[in-house]
Amino acid sequence: MDASQILKFAIDLIAVLLLALGIKGLSKIRSAREANRLAALAMSLAVAGVLFQSFNDIGISLASWLWIVLGVLVGGFLGWITAKRVPMTSMPETVALFNGCGGISSLLVALGVALYPLAIGDSELGIGLIEKISIVVSIFVGAITFSGSMVAMAKLQGWLNTPAFMQSKFRHALNISLSVLSFIASVHIISGGDSGIWPLVIGSTLLGIGVTLPIGGADMPVVISLLNSYSGVAAAAAGFVVGSQLLIVAGAMVGAAGLILTQVMCDGMNRSLLSVLFGGAIAANSVSSIEKGGEYTNITSCSVEECALTLEVAERVVIVPGYGLAVAQAQHTLREVTRVLEAGGIEVSYAIHPVAGRMPGHMNVLLAEADVPYQQLKEMDQVNPDFPATDVVLVLGANDVVNPQAKNDPSSPLYGMPVLDVQESRTVFVVKRGMSAGYSGIKNDLFELSNTSMVFGDAKKVLGDLLVELKELGVGRRT
Amino acid sequence: MGFFSEALWVLLLGSLLGLELIGKVPPTLHTPLMSGANAISGITMLAGLTLIIKAAGNLPLMIMGSVALGFALFNVIGGFVVTDRMLAMFSRKSNRRKDNS
Repeated sequence: MDASQILKFAIDLIAVLLLALGIKGLSKIRSAREANRLAALAMSLAVAGVLFQSFNDIGISLASWLWIVLGVLVGGFLGWITAKRVPMTSMPETVALFNGCGGISSLLVALGVALYPLAIGDSELGIGLIEKISIVVSIFVGAITFSGSMVAMAKLQGWLNTPAFMQSKFRHALNISLSVLSFIASVHIISGGDSGIWPLVIGSTLLGIGVTLPIGGADMPVVISLLNSYSGVAAAAAGFVVGSQLLIVAGAMVGAAGLILTQVMCDGMNRSLLSVLFGGAIAANSVSSIEKGGEYTNITSCSVEECALTLEVAERVVIVPGYGLAVAQAQHTLREVTRVLEAGGIEVSYAIHPVAGRMPGHMNVLLAEADVPYQQLKEMDQVNPDFPATDVVLVLGANDVVNPQAKNDPSSPLYGMPVLDVQESRTVFVVKRGMSAGYSGIKNDLFELSNTSMVFGDAKKVLGDLLVELKELGVGRRT
Repeated sequence: MGFFSEALWVLLLGSLLGLELIGKVPPTLHTPLMSGANAISGITMLAGLTLIIKAAGNLPLMIMGSVALGFALFNVIGGFVVTDRMLAMFSRKSNRRKDNS
């Protein structure tokens, strides 16, 4: 080991250390931002390490520099623009898009090495069995990550709906045959046949689509998180392909951390990972349950003015925000309303369901954007015992997470999902555009309860009117 | 076999480290953590880089490496910037609270 090798080794070690500290720091609010930058620094160090070593070992040709700069400029620029422009409400789609790109990157690397094995003739690996296995894993996982993430993104954007045949049992047969095709191709590659490469690429890409397409929109965050974990595995496999231990460590860390996050999300929705992956869309069952459940009867609706009058005399108000709030871009108006209420001496808190928004923690980000102090955000377990002592609950654009069916009706597809017990409070106001069903397409029994009143209208407009009414009533005016 | 057995140890220990690192995460940070971890998974850009350098003049390989590098960097830069945007909203508020008190 000469001096330059030792230096490269040291750079790699420091980079891994910083990456680990970065992931660790990201799990604490106080240190999260610095941790994110630390991780970015670690990545730059790792790149510098690779460039430095190659420069010393074999040199970097002008053509190589050209292609490096081209890739860096195009990818970096597009990434920067996307990240700066994207609205906070479409964060899940964005993560899915980025994630898919990580997947296809690993796929391309493995494909390149498989098609042109000369490239790493100087690696210790040679073109042995182990390298072939790594290539197969990298292509397989990379392709699934890519196509799965793209489908997830398209579904969240509403560009894509689940075609009917993908909801039937037929999809299992299709996916199994694709798996078998990929497996045969893999065995073929490992035993020395190059002709298996393209069937593997195509088979695993289609498998990614086939597995993701039937999954319902409500389960999509879990899928994105799982695919995020996969992209780590793909990176680790690419690490085996090009013989980089740094890549293996980082990929393994992300893969494992992604699995933990996936588990956390599944717990929040009371779904097992297996039922998310193979159960198909909840929507498939709910079609029948709407037919069975029938129309809403006994709905009480009320005006914004009545709502304001009730709020005026309340002491404790809990807000239940949902994705509809974010879509209406009403979180800033909501913050105005709660400022007035707080100034009037009313205790305000926000009940955040684990899957509020489209992704765990998504609602927290959206409320943070509107300057809501995160101490006021209460988790479900924390806030549920408080509902009986709450005067008014304001449900804004949330639906399934406040459906009492999940507790009372064993035949409901939602049964067993932890929900916010808003019906325990004295009065519930539900702000909603109309009587349409929630994301899962299931009727909400809450709307028919006697202490529930519906305020129909766009969340932003209703909150704006509410603000005016409250000010007219003199709430929050210091006298 | 030398690299392989070492690499397997690295894989094992790296996975264990990843499992340990995020035991407890406040729900507020789930989304930023996911997008941060996602950015780190773009580390596969190192593989793309290596591919270009070791291509030794093989043009298709260089192009593939370059595309791989571009995609991975899209993931990395985009992931870190978007995570920073989210986290900035949390820290901005904690600063303001300090000012008030």
